[in-house]
Amino acid sequence: MTQPAYRTEGLTKVYGEGRSAVHALRGVDLEIPEGEIVVLLGPSGSGKSTLLNIIGGLDRSTDGTAHFRDLCLTGMSDRQLTRYRRDHVGFVFQFYNLMPSLTARENVELVTDIAPHPLDPDDALELVGLRDRRDHFPAQLSGGEQQRVAIARAVAKQPDVLFCDEPTGALDSQTGRAVLRVLTDVNARLGTTLLMVTHAASTAAMAHRVIHFADGRIREVVRNETRVSPEEIAW
Amino acid sequence: MSPLDHKLLRDLWRLKGQAAAIGAVVALGVLMLVMMTGLSASLTETRDAYYERYRLAEVFAPVARAPERLAERLGSIPGVSAVQTRVTGQALIDLPGRLLPVQAQALSLPDSGRPALNDVYLTDGRLPAPAQPDEVLLLRSFARAHGLVPGDHLRATMRGARRSFTIVGLAQSPEFLYTTAPGELVPDDARFGVIWMNRSGLAAAYDMSGAFNEALLGLAHGAGEAGVIDAVDRVLEPYGGIGAYARADQLSSRFVAEEINGIRVTAIAVPPVFLGVAAFLLYIVIGRLVQAEREEIGLLKAFGYTNAEVGAHYFKLILAIAIGGALAGCLGGIASGRAMTGLYTTYYKFPFLVFRLEPVSLVAGVSTGILAASTGGLFVMRRIFSLAPAEAMRPPTPPNYSGSGRIGQGLARVLDVPGRMVLRRLTRQPVRMAGAVVGIGCGMALSAAMITLHAGFDRTIELTYSVIDRSDVTVTFTHPVSSKTLFELARLPGVQRVEAVRHVPVVMRHGRISHRGALTGLPEQPELSRALDTDVRPIALPETGVILSRVLARKLAISPGELLRVDVREGRQPELTIPVAGIADSLLGAPAYMNLDALNRALREPRRVSGAALLIDEGQGPSIHAALQDMPVVAGVSVKSEARDAFVTLMDEGAGTTRYIMGAIAFVITFGIVYNAARVALAERQRDLASLRVMGFSRGEAAFVLLGELAVVTLVALPVGVVLGYFLSFAIAEGFSTDLYQIPVFFDPLSYGQATLVVLGAAVVSGWLVKRDLDRADLVATLKTRD
Ligand SMILES: Nc1ncnc2c1ncn2[C@@H]1O[C@H](COP(=O)(O)OP(=O)(O)OP(=O)(O)O)[C@@H](O)[C@H]1O
Ligand SMILES: [Mg+2]
Repeated sequence: MTQPAYRTEGLTKVYGEGRSAVHALRGVDLEIPEGEIVVLLGPSGSGKSTLLNIIGGLDRSTDGTAHFRDLCLTGMSDRQLTRYRRDHVGFVFQFYNLMPSLTARENVELVTDIAPHPLDPDDALELVGLRDRRDHFPAQLSGGEQQRVAIARAVAKQPDVLFCDEPTGALDSQTGRAVLRVLTDVNARLGTTLLMVTHAASTAAMAHRVIHFADGRIREVVRNETRVSPEEIAW
Repeated sequence: MSPLDHKLLRDLWRLKGQAAAIGAVVALGVLMLVMMTGLSASLTETRDAYYERYRLAEVFAPVARAPERLAERLGSIPGVSAVQTRVTGQALIDLPGRLLPVQAQALSLPDSGRPALNDVYLTDGRLPAPAQPDEVLLLRSFARAHGLVPGDHLRATMRGARRSFTIVGLAQSPEFLYTTAPGELVPDDARFGVIWMNRSGLAAAYDMSGAFNEALLGLAHGAGEAGVIDAVDRVLEPYGGIGAYARADQLSSRFVAEEINGIRVTAIAVPPVFLGVAAFLLYIVIGRLVQAEREEIGLLKAFGYTNAEVGAHYFKLILAIAIGGALAGCLGGIASGRAMTGLYTTYYKFPFLVFRLEPVSLVAGVSTGILAASTGGLFVMRRIFSLAPAEAMRPPTPPNYSGSGRIGQGLARVLDVPGRMVLRRLTRQPVRMAGAVVGIGCGMALSAAMITLHAGFDRTIELTYSVIDRSDVTVTFTHPVSSKTLFELARLPGVQRVEAVRHVPVVMRHGRISHRGALTGLPEQPELSRALDTDVRPIALPETGVILSRVLARKLAISPGELLRVDVREGRQPELTIPVAGIADSLLGAPAYMNLDALNRALREPRRVSGAALLIDEGQGPSIHAALQDMPVVAGVSVKSEARDAFVTLMDEGAGTTRYIMGAIAFVITFGIVYNAARVALAERQRDLASLRVMGFSRGEAAFVLLGELAVVTLVALPVGVVLGYFLSFAIAEGFSTDLYQIPVFFDPLSYGQATLVVLGAAVVSGWLVKRDLDRADLVATLKTRD
């Protein structure tokens, strides 16, 4: 565990130009070790999603470098980024983002179809306790259920890294804890590196490491000496 | 099956109405392509087989009177594989209950055995028995038209002698697929008869014993037609040969070829218009689907699906619709091609039918259908490729209405909220609205062009028989006679006006192109039979020179000022060189007009006429006809009302039928476009409309937002359709025009009015269908899902 999973130097992102330019990231230097749960905390608009998008290979930085293991993400072509996402990364989005025209199981298959070492889609749904709802369409599921399907979908490909953008943002405490339990289990069992954005400061207690974000910069990185289990988190 | 394919199937199901509408448009384009190419291939094949089985001559050589021994010399011309001499003559058939005798051609059959060339196909009865000069075969279509059957008697005048015959059989012949009354262009079964009888009997009647007046020749494979014709002309010259001609110039053969060619041209020209419309529709519909699924596309990309994989998914949707449509079109095309071929077979009186399915046309149909759809799809692909995967991470951004503009704000004060919503959308998304406007405009244009075409057909008939030709009766003389004969006609009681015409059979040449036709000489200021262009302006006939119809000038590749070589095929057969004085648009046939005096001067035959146009008092018709029949110089009389009826029949039965099919197809397409526009509007607004309903707006108010938009788009599309339709009608009229008749294009307000009704009707029905769907929509489900 000498080499970190991610390393960024001077990562910058500017949206737009001139007077209307928005500086979403203003030079981010960051290391994320393999196999850790890392939580990103920070006020709305501070650039958390932007950082996630860039190191997740969804978007490009304006300046600076970002590495995943030996891969330099900031120098990659579209084709290479696609390859990177396909082989290494799983996403859980803030807005559940299920395909409305596919059933729960088919939504999971969408990812297992193209992953190198996927779980069985049914097993993935089992993980989130929705195996018996596998033939339902998103419109037939509650918001929390939709989010759990989204997690099953992300986990099913057994990615090296899992990015979660406010995975519990729209959930009640009980469902939220269940979702977090699934995520920590995956981390513990498969050694998946987990990078999670959240607004709920209490969630940070379950992470190995907490990054405090403000105004496009890292303000502080805190290592948790002791972690609490999701069930103990105050909601 | 992969989950994306599941999505594909469900998307198809969700879009079924639109998919069906687009598929139908593709299907109709392909149907037409397959049907028309199949039809032209089948007709060509059938015709060729018919010509071959019944040994239709490849060269026809008329001559005044040549001794039979010349047959051997003709046979020894290099390239000639078969020779058949025969006797032909003009006859007039008297039919009970008919005032006017019908002109007919009498043809000889060998006294024994079948003819080497131009055999007949016996449909009823038997051949005339040897040594029975009173037994005849009659052309079946003519017999049918007059209810004659074998066993009936037939009275005919041959060389002035009245004779009575017995009909022993009915026959069809590849030589007479198309019969027209003499001097007319339009086929008419009833007004031209063909009689076959034994050679000896016919020779006796026409004083041709031991001689012939027409030689038929078959050519060896690969023999040069022109060389043979020259050689034949040299052999027959001393005996009054008036010029051999090739099968392509034989009247029936030429018309059949012309019509088949017309079908082929239509097959090439019209389906692309339909397929283009289908491509445009697919572009609109798939483009909107991609717009609505932006986030899903981003999501797929975020998971690591490549551009190619995502693109392929949407492309499959396009292909599914296109292939479905194309296959349906092929099946429909085969079925309707078969039906149409059957129809045409009867129309052309082919004794059998060779249905040829061109595998090439199926392949071409499917691939052009797919190609057209793909072109529409390719533009959409660009949008898919350029979508960033990060789209998926963002919440759905509401469309920006902030720039709705001043008009919006000004009008907003007058309008209620739903009204404002309609207005803002129209002004805020001008590109998409323009797409819908152009789409509906295309549908309108297609309908308008087809209706204009119909009006053009009617106008051709109207102009030809009421404006150009204002006579009641046309008289043809047996040979060019002195213009004094016209005074005799004028003296008949009931004849109000007599006007001279002279038709001279000629071969016109320019460079290496030649055309067999006639020069028409008309008086300085004709009143009855006039030379008019398509704008109904009289064509001025200059002191010298010939005025060519545009079709003819195009065929001969000649322009005003150039010299036209004219080989006259009558009398002394002089070879003339006449300057082209001008070109005029004509409606019927491919005429070449000259001033009558100038024509006679060029021929050195002053004051000669070959016919006359008469204006008569209808009440005295019978006595006039009786008197005409007693004049020995009168070869035939044609009554205009009959000619007009024949033309109307042609327009409704022959090539004219396709215009009805295409008209129907144009309506279906118009409906498809309007319906699609309405569906797209509904899909784009479904969430907004559901939100309105949740907020307490009534169904009617929500529907108003949607239908108001459709109404505005449709109304704006109407003038666009008028303009597009005007230009499209030129292309379509061109495709439907043949050497035989030209369809004029003109701005006919009534046609555009009807097309407007078609579009409005389609809009009302579509609006109703969409509103029904809107009323049924499940509010909660709509709000929960993105689409
Ligand atoms: N596509 C874009 N165009 C312009 N500005 C953008 C775009 N995306 C994000 N921004 C801006 O960049 C800044 C950072 O946005 P980002 O989404 O990373 O914030 P965040 O920390 O995730 O906020 P939240 O907690 O509300 O999700 C914000 O000011 C936002 O307005
Ligand atoms: Mg965010």
